[in-house]
Amino acid sequence: MAFDKMELRDIEVWDGNFAAAQALRQCQIDVVAAYPITPSTPIVEGYAKFLADNYVEGEFVMVESEHAAMSGCIGAAAAGGRVATATSSQGFALMCETLYQASGMRLPIVLNVVNRALAAPLNVNGDHSDMYLGRDSGWIQFDAYCPQDAYDLNFIAFKVAEDHEVRLPAMVHQDGFMTSHTAQGVHTLTDDQGYGFVGDFKPMNDMLDFEHPVTHGVQTEEDWHFEHKARQHNDLMTKVIPKIEQAFADFEKLSGRKYNLVEKYDVDDADVVVVCMGTSVETAREVAGEMRAKGIKAGVLGIRVIRPFPFMQIAEALKGVKAIATLDRSSPNGAAGMLFNEIAGCLFNTDTKALLSGYVYGLGGRDLTKAHLVDLYNELQANVDAGKVTTPLQQFIGVRGPKLSFL
Amino acid sequence: MLEIRWHSRAGQGAVTGAKGLADVISTTGKHVQAFAFYGSAKRGAAMTAYNRVDDKMIMNHEKYMKPDYVFVIDPALVFTSDVTINHKDNTVYIITTHMTTDELKAAQPKLADKNVYTVDCITIAQETIGRPIPNTPMLGAFMKVSKMYDIEFFKESMQRILGKLPQKIIDANMIAIQRAYDEVK
Repeated sequence: MAFDKMELRDIEVWDGNFAAAQALRQCQIDVVAAYPITPSTPIVEGYAKFLADNYVEGEFVMVESEHAAMSGCIGAAAAGGRVATATSSQGFALMCETLYQASGMRLPIVLNVVNRALAAPLNVNGDHSDMYLGRDSGWIQFDAYCPQDAYDLNFIAFKVAEDHEVRLPAMVHQDGFMTSHTAQGVHTLTDDQGYGFVGDFKPMNDMLDFEHPVTHGVQTEEDWHFEHKARQHNDLMTKVIPKIEQAFADFEKLSGRKYNLVEKYDVDDADVVVVCMGTSVETAREVAGEMRAKGIKAGVLGIRVIRPFPFMQIAEALKGVKAIATLDRSSPNGAAGMLFNEIAGCLFNTDTKALLSGYVYGLGGRDLTKAHLVDLYNELQANVDAGKVTTPLQQFIGVRGPKLSFL
Repeated sequence: MLEIRWHSRAGQGAVTGAKGLADVISTTGKHVQAFAFYGSAKRGAAMTAYNRVDDKMIMNHEKYMKPDYVFVIDPALVFTSDVTINHKDNTVYIITTHMTTDELKAAQPKLADKNVYTVDCITIAQETIGRPIPNTPMLGAFMKVSKMYDIEFFKESMQRILGKLPQKIIDANMIAIQRAYDEVK
């Protein structure tokens, strides 16, 4: 390797952004095309600094918008390089058109999405609106709950995305500010371990291979469009999950840290379970432990892989549970909530007759406190005791004014 | 669990201070968390930063905190924002001011029945580092009040954390930390 290696301590105190930037350095990204936006800016800034300081052999492309950033990534990936970028919120929204191009062209780009609210009103803080916006785009989506996850999942994302049987782009999500700007201890890999895990980039149908000319970005009308889309969906439904599980297993061998498609915390014998994503998973774990000390059999189910959605794994995990709360950190704007709908779908044809209630919380970075979660678990226990959902099916947590509920 | 809330103005180094403290504590095997409320804060706007320290993994990501320590690194914030919000009976305050502790309590009655230490981090920083960046002196004062670590160990650790700065600046910070350690009352 023609670049300098960096000596890291076993545990570094990093925020989620710097952890992601370090992972991009260790994966030796060939091209980052980026248009920085709060709160994801330090990720691409970090990569640019590593590049300038000769810790990476690569190229930083400054562009005029997020649409151009992802377009640049698509071009570089089609040419045959290891490619990554980062964005948030409005930037993610502007990228949307090109996200579908990237996945449809089967280009293994890794996009770090530092989750942030969508305007209007303008807000720079963390919620899951942008993450939800991406969920039909054909990308693989991993969700980090803390800076350690943001670091680890980047390696796993490259490993899965670049697999020749997968060849799909992947997003690594972390909560804006709550993870991206929160410094915590991160167990590091050495540069050799990190790079060794993802390995050298193996191009496929790369445009710079002049011996084997290929066409990218074609037009197909009713004759072939459906077949392409069906094949992409088929691969997400059948090929990706085993590859992710393999990457999780390999990563555990390397680091001792085990990730799962769905993270079960005290779920196996639980009566009441909260299903959520992001930093809320960890806060809920702490509260679940405290509820157990009070005699309520509480658990937490964290969704680690949002796409492909681990439908069967969730149905299996929740089969013995009596009452479930789904926590959506994005306004459903006229529906029940993504997690409510997905979890209902997972359980509908099973024998699990759990009582399901949905909650909308934390929009624009509004704090989810431990006290909120204590109330929530008590409400679930009351549902169990009554044998029915005693509240409206959709409630809002932490919003000012009269209590909001629907359905 | 040890919890600290910093009151600062954007640009005075509270985030760097909170992260630096977390870094030092992490090397002793404890688990740490350092974060801040930013919003779209401009330089000079009042802001808060936070530290959590525990023997086990810190999973709590709520922003709500009942702090064990409150650090105020800008003298005016005692009067323009409520530095006693969400306090506990045993919360300890370390406040940057040119006043004595008694004068400060008289000027801000909310602090009258609180456990307050004072130190003039702004003047110390101005006279040593040459800029009114009161974050590192505050940590020196914290070492004295909390007896968390030996001051020599703490200064050695901070030298590593400040490592990328010019040696002259690092040396000035060490003097600032020691002065605040000696002068806090």
